[in-house]
Amino acid sequence: MKRIVAIGVLVLGAALLAGCPKKPTVKDQPATGSQVPLSTASNESAGGASTTMTPLGNDGTMGGITATNTGPLSGRVVYFDFDKTEIKPEFADLISSFAKNLTAHPTLKLRLEGNTDERGTREYNIGLGERRAQAVRRALMLQGVAESQLTTVSFGAERPAVEGDDETAWAQNRRVELVYQP
Amino acid sequence: MSKLFVWLSLSVCLALCCPARAEFVVQITSGQSEATPIAIVPFSTPEEAADSFDVAGLVGADLARSGRFKPMDPKDMIEQPHTGTAISFDDWRRLNNDYIVVGTLAAQGPDRYNIVFELYNVLTRQRLVAYQISTNRAGLRLASHQVADVIYEKIVGVRGAFATRIAYVSVVGHLPDKRYRLVVADADDENRHIIRDQSDPLMSPAWSPDGQSLAYVSFEDHLPSVFIQTLKTGERRRVSAHAGVNQAPAWSPDGKKLALTLSTRDGNLDVYILDLATQGLTRVTDDPGIDTEPQWSKDGQSLYFTSDRAGGPQIYKVSLTPGSRPRRLTFQGNYNARPRISPDESQLAFVTQEDGAYRIAIMSLNGRGDVQVLTKGRFDVSPSFAPNGAEIIYASRDHGRGVLALVSSDGHVQERLSSPEGEVQEPAWGPF
Repeated sequence: MKRIVAIGVLVLGAALLAGCPKKPTVKDQPATGSQVPLSTASNESAGGASTTMTPLGNDGTMGGITATNTGPLSGRVVYFDFDKTEIKPEFADLISSFAKNLTAHPTLKLRLEGNTDERGTREYNIGLGERRAQAVRRALMLQGVAESQLTTVSFGAERPAVEGDDETAWAQNRRVELVYQP
Repeated sequence: MSKLFVWLSLSVCLALCCPARAEFVVQITSGQSEATPIAIVPFSTPEEAADSFDVAGLVGADLARSGRFKPMDPKDMIEQPHTGTAISFDDWRRLNNDYIVVGTLAAQGPDRYNIVFELYNVLTRQRLVAYQISTNRAGLRLASHQVADVIYEKIVGVRGAFATRIAYVSVVGHLPDKRYRLVVADADDENRHIIRDQSDPLMSPAWSPDGQSLAYVSFEDHLPSVFIQTLKTGERRRVSAHAGVNQAPAWSPDGKKLALTLSTRDGNLDVYILDLATQGLTRVTDDPGIDTEPQWSKDGQSLYFTSDRAGGPQIYKVSLTPGSRPRRLTFQGNYNARPRISPDESQLAFVTQEDGAYRIAIMSLNGRGDVQVLTKGRFDVSPSFAPNGAEIIYASRDHGRGVLALVSSDGHVQERLSSPEGEVQEPAWGPF
């Protein structure tokens, strides 16, 4: 219980920080300011990250964000089912918008960070995380992204997005984070 | 004796690093009913030393933890002899003791101590063993573990592993401020030393066969690399940092090579061998599935590893002779991974999935391949044999927290070592 409260405080703290109007990224990007707290919170909070994610890729301003933003807000997330590496249909738009942005800006580099939930052995999970990162990489390449723009890394179960040993936490941790590289 | 001095100098070196303060509590979750009753009489200690060291207490804790002994509570002892000639054998026999240990701890000048101890069979009144150990203050703990080793070997007939060390990863703090620590401790999880502390994940510590170094995976700079760190000097070097995966290091029995897992550009994990002197790489497996978690056979001629080439993860063995085909070893259940062989290579320990839980299982490598599931937790992973093969240490979960646990290789004794803070992961038991 204590831990849940502690996480709650952290999330609240992170959301407050992210929402702070003095944050330079918000000033620089007034048109996309509303997205800032959403994407920051989604890395930490347990609820609804996948639903807040989807519209982000559709607003046509991705290029604007990524061209200037090299901070932690450049991450986007694709979530996976247990023991699965297939990309679910609800993430097709997110993948497409990334593909569009990467093909339009061939100098952009994207890192795909594969993660698993904590179940199973740690080293085998590294393999599963790599497989998920590769699934996103293939999907992007099928839409014309150059191989040289993409790198993958697998953290397996070592970098969970949320703590906890139930399905709510695990669902948040089975993911690939799409991170633009400076 | 020379081995003791090596140990002592190593202890002193380690003591110079930052010592961890957390104390561990041993909980025996299930025991052996036929544990041997033994009386370990508190040693006579120097009068002037108010902080004198409890040799007998530590020896008793070691022997109790093995599950094979039931040491008598000193409060129940009606007398406390310190030499064999002072033992009233009939009295100790009436108190149902099979064995009795008596001894003294004496100061021999500045920072010099002498431990003398004798082990007797209460029934035959025969002296089974007697030793004298000379050490300094910092070496008292290790010397006491060695006393336990001598007693264990004399009575059980198997070399004791109390004077050995373990390594593991301890994760402290919560998101987003986690810290990953690589810890080296005595086999009883006391005398802990943090040898690496960083904000990026650490994984898969593996002892060199000589016990001088650890290989491990570090994600510093957000990419996985395999490092080798020498314990005495703290010196570390990056031995594998290829594009993609660099994981699961395992030392060859001669300490000259590492088996490890690397990936191709399209993310296919395979097992390779790295020659540490030449940096030469040899590919061992070549399959589109995940091949990982290698472990050397005792003769250094084969590797055990995990592969999901047939669907779910299963354990395979492949000879290092070129052109050899891997042979599948596990067939029960759809998840068997992370093989570790017993020191005599008669048994294979691994992680198996059972009723949605992950547990430690053991399989005979000589017989028909019958599998025995040893543990009952939901998240029991990362088994590692003691160098005498009697016990397996593994990572378990207690009230949502990662803890160390022990199980005897026959499954009869289960214990938990619970730290007051942090998630403990991936224990690796060092060599003798």
